[in-house]
Amino acid sequence: MDLLKRHIPIYLTATVGILTILSFFIPHPLVATPAGWLLDWAIVTVASGYVLGAANVLKVNGEDVIKQKADWPYKIVLLVSMIAMLIVGFFMSGGTHFLDEGTKFTWAYNNLYVPMQATMFSLLAFFIASAAFRAFRIRTVDAGLLAIAALIVMIGRVPVGQWLTKSLPEWAQLPVWAGWLLEWPQNAAKRGIAIGAGLGVMATGLRIILGIERNYMREDKS
Amino acid sequence: MWIAAALTLFIFSFLYKDNPLYKFAEHLFVGVSAGYIVVQQFWQVLWPNLIEPIQTPGTLDVWKFWVGGILCLLLFTRFSAKASWLSRFAIAIIIGVYAGAKTTGFAQAEVVAQVQATMLPLWNPAHLADSFNNIVLAVGVVCTLVFFFFSTEHKGFVGGTAKLGIWYLMVSFGAAYGFTVMSRISLLIGRFQFLLDNWLGIVRF
Amino acid sequence: MSLGDKLEKLDRRWIFLLMGVLVLLPLLFPLKLPIAVSGPASRFYQAVENVPNGSIVVISGDFDPASAPELMPMTNSAVRHLFRKNCRIIALELWPGGPPLVDGVLHRIGNELGKKYGTDYVNLGYKSGNEVVMLAFGSTFSGTFPNDYSGTPVSKLPLMEDVDNFDGVKLLVNISAGTPGTKEWVQQAQGRYHIPMVSGSTAVQSPELYPYLQSGQLLGLLGGMAGAAEYEKSTNFLGPATKGMDAQSSAHVYIMFLILLGNVIYFSRRGAKG
Repeated sequence: MDLLKRHIPIYLTATVGILTILSFFIPHPLVATPAGWLLDWAIVTVASGYVLGAANVLKVNGEDVIKQKADWPYKIVLLVSMIAMLIVGFFMSGGTHFLDEGTKFTWAYNNLYVPMQATMFSLLAFFIASAAFRAFRIRTVDAGLLAIAALIVMIGRVPVGQWLTKSLPEWAQLPVWAGWLLEWPQNAAKRGIAIGAGLGVMATGLRIILGIERNYMREDKS
Repeated sequence: MWIAAALTLFIFSFLYKDNPLYKFAEHLFVGVSAGYIVVQQFWQVLWPNLIEPIQTPGTLDVWKFWVGGILCLLLFTRFSAKASWLSRFAIAIIIGVYAGAKTTGFAQAEVVAQVQATMLPLWNPAHLADSFNNIVLAVGVVCTLVFFFFSTEHKGFVGGTAKLGIWYLMVSFGAAYGFTVMSRISLLIGRFQFLLDNWLGIVRF
Repeated sequence: MSLGDKLEKLDRRWIFLLMGVLVLLPLLFPLKLPIAVSGPASRFYQAVENVPNGSIVVISGDFDPASAPELMPMTNSAVRHLFRKNCRIIALELWPGGPPLVDGVLHRIGNELGKKYGTDYVNLGYKSGNEVVMLAFGSTFSGTFPNDYSGTPVSKLPLMEDVDNFDGVKLLVNISAGTPGTKEWVQQAQGRYHIPMVSGSTAVQSPELYPYLQSGQLLGLLGGMAGAAEYEKSTNFLGPATKGMDAQSSAHVYIMFLILLGNVIYFSRRGAKG
């Protein structure tokens, strides 16, 4: 049973991973065809993962309502809205045409989903202003460098930067400084991070494929 | 439009203080999002890529769609404590594919291509500005990598190089901060444009 | 209580209110500050302009409503630019919340410029899986997307008869809000299939993409609403990004002022205590 529960999944990960890596180098159908099957299976399995996650949302919030935990009336709103979307999407919006213009599902998308998601994220503008005043402290040389770079980019990348420095020679204008900063020193640091991260991802990928890293199996150590 | 505007204002009311209108909108959003995702995954992924081929007579290689279907069902065994080990087969496929894809993708795009692009001529007397920029870039990449190399103590020459790397990183973090500010404010501008144009109709964007 | 004490203990809601006012006023009373086109945006425009007229181009709209203010103007301008060159567009989306937004742009501009769905443009819709979709898509468009956005089999769409992988595609335009997005497309598609690629991304993500621009993996880059406004200027279209830049400018000046004021107060109080 240990073979089936632990070892076979790990061997499966290794086989699948090696086949996927080989498909990058070998276009022959002997490798490419099974690799293609794996990609197709991964696509539908990931989609099922989303459905699983939503089912979990139903389960967790349903339990909270039954046990009348904190904010349970709002969880009823959550559950009712979720079930309503499911009913509208599956039975009242024309099947695969559910996102066509004029369907009830599209109405819900345009009038509920879009404004709420967009507004949630727009709140960040206010908090970033508050944080700029209360938390941004230039205590060290490093922080000073960060602040100078931030100010050059913030002002140089918007029209006011061009307007403020338009009478200066081109090399001294803020947009030119912002552009240089982004394309050269900032680029260098990001590239260093990218190379380092790339090596790290390669190492982690190989550790997973070789079965050294098994946290994803959520093995019970007892 | 009025519903969209009302929900927008409900969420903005959080800026004054947490209140029942905001909480209502927040929970409504979570419920609507979860429902939207499920419906979309079904009709745009599971139906065309799994269910429709299985139920269409004469589908080529229908067996592979059955395998996909079984993997999807295995994933749902996670809800059962006794049978959840079965989901490991589906997870193994996903993890194996992503590990393989990411390993080759990062190797090619993040390591090989980036190192190649850093190998620039450091001295070109005909173009001194390019020479200066190339030196800034090459030195910056090396110093940043030295900073992240923790197997050697950062003392002496290595310490000095790592310090220069920190300065490059601070410049990049500053640029990132500036762009983050731009991004967040853009989202706010978008909401105000919606309220002024689509809802109130007092300005055309 | 001194002014410094009062400011340090200032209720943050006053800061919020002033931010709201400074963003709202320029939207109501535009300053019309001139916009300068940056190097990366100019390269983006040129890369699209260099695509031969009538070519097939893939647009991947990887964003959702949260990033729409930055990315919808870019999508609008890119679709308009490509349609004016009579390019044929195959669109797909990898973020769940994005497909209706991209579909709306395609149909609106397509109708405006007399383009026909199925022949001049196709929206393949959404698939989950991030990099896996990119890999699968690169080897076969119809195998990965057997139906389009509305459920029509792609075998019935004339445009899809002409191409089934990146071999027939002249440019990949990726409009990206994060992951999956430009980084993943560069790693999985640009590197593997050597497809010319440009990116329009949120401002948050764009600094990370400069290495790809310098290395040539990306031919052009639009960063945030500023990038969108620059592209609108390049394509001679006065859109929402351009109209939002005055508000962007005033908000940035406000943030700069807050940073400086916060530090002045902090250091003056530290000096007074010391």
